[in-house]
Amino acid sequence: MAATAETKGPSALRNAFGGVLGVFILLLIGVLAFSIRIFSVIKYESVIHEFDPYFNYRVTQYLTKNGIYDFWNWFDDRTWYPLGRVIGGTVYPGLTLTAGSMWWYVLDMVETVCVFTAPIFSANAAWATYLLTKEVKGTGAGLIAAALLAMVPSYISRSVAGSYDNEAVAIFALVFTFYLYVKTLNTGSLFYATLNALSYFYMVVLGTLLASLVPVVGFNAVMTSEHFASFLVFMENVTLKHNDHYNIEEAFSWHYAQLECCFRRTYASKYIPIIASVSEHQPPTWPSYFMDINVLAFLVPAGIIACFLPLSDASSFAVLYLVTSVYFSGVMVRLMLVLAPAACIMSGIALSEAYDVFTRSIKLQLPNILDNSPDAGDINSVSSIAQNDASKIDSHATTNKSETVSKERPSRKNRKKEKEKEIVEKVPSNSENKKRLLVLPLEASAVSILLLIVLGGFYVVHCVWAAAEAYSAPSIVLTSYAPDGLHVFDDFREAYAWLRHNTDVDDKVASWWDYGYQTTAMANRTVIVDNNTWNNTHIATVGTAMSSPEKAAWEIFNSLDVKYVLVVFGGLVGYPSDDINKFLWMVRIGGGVFPHIREPDYLRDGQYRIDAQATPTMLNCLMYKLSYYRFVETDGKAFDRVRRTEIGKKYFKLTHFEEVFTTHHWMVRIYKLKPPKNRIRGKLKKPRSTSKSSSSNQKRAGNTQKNPWQ
Amino acid sequence: MAPTVPRFVLLLFLLPILSSTARSDLVISRVDRRVENVGAGAVSEVLLAFPNSQAENLAAIKTIYIEGKGKGSSSSLPTARVEPEGVPPELTFYSISLPKGLEKGETVTLDILTVFTHSLKPFPEEITQADVQLVLYQDSAHYLSPYAVKVQTLGIRLPSRRVESYTKYPNTKLVESEIRYGPYENVPAFSYSPIVVHFENNNPFVVARELVREIEISHWGNVQVTEHYSLVHGGAGTKGGFSRIDYQYRHSISGMSSFRHLIARLPPRAHSIYYRDEIGNISTSHVWGDSRRTQLEIEPRFPIFGGWRTSFTIGYGLPLQDFLFESEGKRVLNITFGCPMAEVVIDNLIVKVVLPEGSKAISVSAPFPTKQWQEIKYSHLDIIGRPVVILEKNNIVPEHNLYFQVYYKFNNLSLLREPMMLIFGFFFLFIACIVYMHTDISISKSSASYLAKLQWDEVQATVQQVQNIISHSLAVHEKLEASLRDLSRTGDVQSCKAARKAADGQLKELAKELKPLLGFLQSSTQASQIWPKVEELVVKEKEMQEKLMLRHATVVDCFEKKLGGREIENRIASQQQKISALRQEVDDLLEVIDEI
Repeated sequence: MAATAETKGPSALRNAFGGVLGVFILLLIGVLAFSIRIFSVIKYESVIHEFDPYFNYRVTQYLTKNGIYDFWNWFDDRTWYPLGRVIGGTVYPGLTLTAGSMWWYVLDMVETVCVFTAPIFSANAAWATYLLTKEVKGTGAGLIAAALLAMVPSYISRSVAGSYDNEAVAIFALVFTFYLYVKTLNTGSLFYATLNALSYFYMVVLGTLLASLVPVVGFNAVMTSEHFASFLVFMENVTLKHNDHYNIEEAFSWHYAQLECCFRRTYASKYIPIIASVSEHQPPTWPSYFMDINVLAFLVPAGIIACFLPLSDASSFAVLYLVTSVYFSGVMVRLMLVLAPAACIMSGIALSEAYDVFTRSIKLQLPNILDNSPDAGDINSVSSIAQNDASKIDSHATTNKSETVSKERPSRKNRKKEKEKEIVEKVPSNSENKKRLLVLPLEASAVSILLLIVLGGFYVVHCVWAAAEAYSAPSIVLTSYAPDGLHVFDDFREAYAWLRHNTDVDDKVASWWDYGYQTTAMANRTVIVDNNTWNNTHIATVGTAMSSPEKAAWEIFNSLDVKYVLVVFGGLVGYPSDDINKFLWMVRIGGGVFPHIREPDYLRDGQYRIDAQATPTMLNCLMYKLSYYRFVETDGKAFDRVRRTEIGKKYFKLTHFEEVFTTHHWMVRIYKLKPPKNRIRGKLKKPRSTSKSSSSNQKRAGNTQKNPWQ
Repeated sequence: MAPTVPRFVLLLFLLPILSSTARSDLVISRVDRRVENVGAGAVSEVLLAFPNSQAENLAAIKTIYIEGKGKGSSSSLPTARVEPEGVPPELTFYSISLPKGLEKGETVTLDILTVFTHSLKPFPEEITQADVQLVLYQDSAHYLSPYAVKVQTLGIRLPSRRVESYTKYPNTKLVESEIRYGPYENVPAFSYSPIVVHFENNNPFVVARELVREIEISHWGNVQVTEHYSLVHGGAGTKGGFSRIDYQYRHSISGMSSFRHLIARLPPRAHSIYYRDEIGNISTSHVWGDSRRTQLEIEPRFPIFGGWRTSFTIGYGLPLQDFLFESEGKRVLNITFGCPMAEVVIDNLIVKVVLPEGSKAISVSAPFPTKQWQEIKYSHLDIIGRPVVILEKNNIVPEHNLYFQVYYKFNNLSLLREPMMLIFGFFFLFIACIVYMHTDISISKSSASYLAKLQWDEVQATVQQVQNIISHSLAVHEKLEASLRDLSRTGDVQSCKAARKAADGQLKELAKELKPLLGFLQSSTQASQIWPKVEELVVKEKEMQEKLMLRHATVVDCFEKKLGGREIENRIASQQQKISALRQEVDDLLEVIDEI
């Protein structure tokens, strides 16, 4: 590969060997990057993970089934009922098309392709990192940076097998674009410039810079003018080669999107609770830096220093990349991912330089030690060194070094004993002086190398641990180790499979938006809201329904044609991220649009609780009822294992909903809306707004309606 | 033949077994009949009649002919559907061919086994989780026959003792869980007296609406079986939702007709078993086995109640040598037709046998009639595709779980085709790479930039050679130094001189070699940038040579004069410094040139 193209010394064989070794190492790095990410497949199974990947999976399935033209024109009526979503125009098609073409050329199993897309592109990203770092600081740094990137936990967290998401591919696109940019800069070749433009376009098509970072933004990623603007700026930048300004422009062009994001993010979190409700959008803590980039955090400063000696275009680019990504990673946990390659490149440079210095010091001093220890005849030792010199003279690089050897030796020796035979001594010149200054004491360098190896070992152990334990859980299958063996909690798929097979194909399922993508992909049922979260009002409507008492909720759901309501309940087995724990966000988001839902009504003295002290509004809301319906019959006390308390209201009946399915561990409960009664028994209530069918009227009614539970 | 003429007298003992535990949705009816020919002339056929409503659900029919009385050897007789003339259209007829003609007055004992599916109608049609499942069975108390019947009894064996109601005729009694009608004597032909039995049946009615079995043969030693199930619980539908709490904590009275798991009996030595559906692996399954069979217990994702559906896929590999044999130059695949689960009734079974690419002369022999056709399937590295034999049959019951055979011809050499394709593919890829690296594919060979590039390459090569020569001469310098050191150690002046002579010769040769190269560099326009450096390098090197020689001469001289070490040192000190400086310059220049 490119490793061979480095030096054209007389020792072609040595170089060829080095080249082959380099290719081999890169191959192993690729294997490492791939295999460290398939812990999830080995520990669990080959399955799509989490939430967003299910959407991408579904889109890919559609693409492979219906072809590219149908895909562009796809209007999805299975989601955001009754609004629907224009998928072709709102999705970032890069990932889908990538996997789709992999499916077309290589495999015909869509799921397998989707599961393994991320690990494959991680290997590619490692290679791209090699190329970029090689442009910046040489082959050695490149190899180390590639190895570091292959297993950096921050990237693993986004690219384990099954996490079929934009980020996994985007990091490759990002790094590769940077490589081509730096390459163009270094060579001035039009070929690379063109490649660079294409690659940049691919990256934009992937849309990470916008899409993966903030969920609310983004329509028509490819078509929007600002993308073309940044794209054009970049093109111009590359082709016209404004070297003087390139730093500014470059920074502008690619961080433009992020700036926009971050700007919007601060805006959004202030005014839209949806954004704030996503844990990925919180600022990171120091432990998360340690968790995600581990020892790289300590190596990065050294890398920056190494980049300044000497400062080239490429190395200043790397420094700039690092600094900006550090800044942005401080805004949002999610942006740590962008920091990871920068940190790897810097650490690779730092480690490579450090090894360079230490090994050189050892190499220069080692012959000395060997010679001095016998301390036989000086002439002997002199001649042996001289022969050493002669034998090494064939290679230019080693000539210099052995030169230094012969220089080094007498200078130390002079101090020890004055001898007459200093025929071969030569006057040290400037450059030799420089090199001699870089030479560290032997013991110190040996210890340092050992320490660096230990540090690297620590990093590897941490990465493997992170890959195996922390980031491999698919989150739709949970496992726990009990004394009697492994327990598998497969409740989500149980519920989705039930919905898929035992409800009508056009039934609408309402749930909190977290489960929207999974429901459409796994249960193939129409959902009201999903993880795309583009319509805040719609989500607020569902939030309002969940926070309302049963009858009001029934009316809202009925107006949306909902037939089934799905809630996630972890109280029986202690699954903490259930709907009761997310409930306050539903109240907030609902209350943001419909003012009759007020957060304080659900809090007792500012505390969120579901025990006997809870407010009546809380105990009567739909979410509480659906979660705890007949829960008391399991143990007689209704002890909630997540909240670690007995619930407030234990015995109640549902009048407008009926339980149709509950999974084995009660983690998902599905209720059906009872059909309206033909005849209302007892006294008739005051005639209300008769138009229940249109949802807008319903919302207006909801707005004006007084909350009966306060 | 006019069946309206009663030529047979039948002695019947009819025994429908309604739902034994393993056979949920099935009615298995065994008819023992002794047939006596009372007509004239020998006959070789016996007709059986079923009402159309029953005949639709008839899944299997089998006749066993018992020779002699009591314990005779038994053999099964061919039974086929016929459409005789002059019979009411509401009836469907099957005909049994007797092995030999039945003479007048002779009797023969036939044991007829028929299996009906979907004959038990749940009533009520929808039940709650806590209810038991009640079903209706309709039949005739008199055996429907085109012949007059002498004596006949009917026994209905039920799966439980609880019977809601049953049609009461004279001679009817309920004993334990068996209802007996009869014996009736001298029943005329085509007599029909409907009966209805309403009883409890909590056995799950597992029905596979469709089962697609794909059997793929790989001559590398594997038979891969993949079975796609689409199951439904055919019993009474569920109303009023499903309560997990009742199901978990009051299991004895809740969901009695539902089922949680199924057991598949796979052939021995089945391996790589998986169980999944469209959204991933289903973790609730167990496998155990011995040398005779492998048992796979699978549990669907959720308990299946009446009317609920699910679908899943089971796959397993089997060793090829257990199922593939050779006979008369042909290969025979001998494998079971039905599904490995005994409880399952299959509405529509499709068996696809995927033969290896290049199979020819394909023929199928099945133990019962099936719809058959062929397709082509493309898999990895296929060119002409693999032939697929497809068999389709409705109403499959465990009685159909028989072996069928697929015969085909296959050349073993075809096995190597795909590996060879890969090998050659990569081979040509590498060849292409080598060719690409070694050929000049520039479009315009006369353009200035192209020529300049060529020249530049040449210049680089020349500079490389110059560098080589310089480093050689540097090596010679080292040798000189070494000889000096030898001298200081041994005092052998002669050898030192010899070394100097040799070095001199070598250096001269090198200088000779250098000359044309320098000439080329000087003339080349491309080398204008590098030339001054090279020139300087050569000059410095020459200077260094001279100095070295001078010093060598001085030292040797001193030794000849037997001067002391310190004196020698003093003498050569200045030379030494110059040499070092020169050496440094040469090295620097080499580095600079290298960078260019």
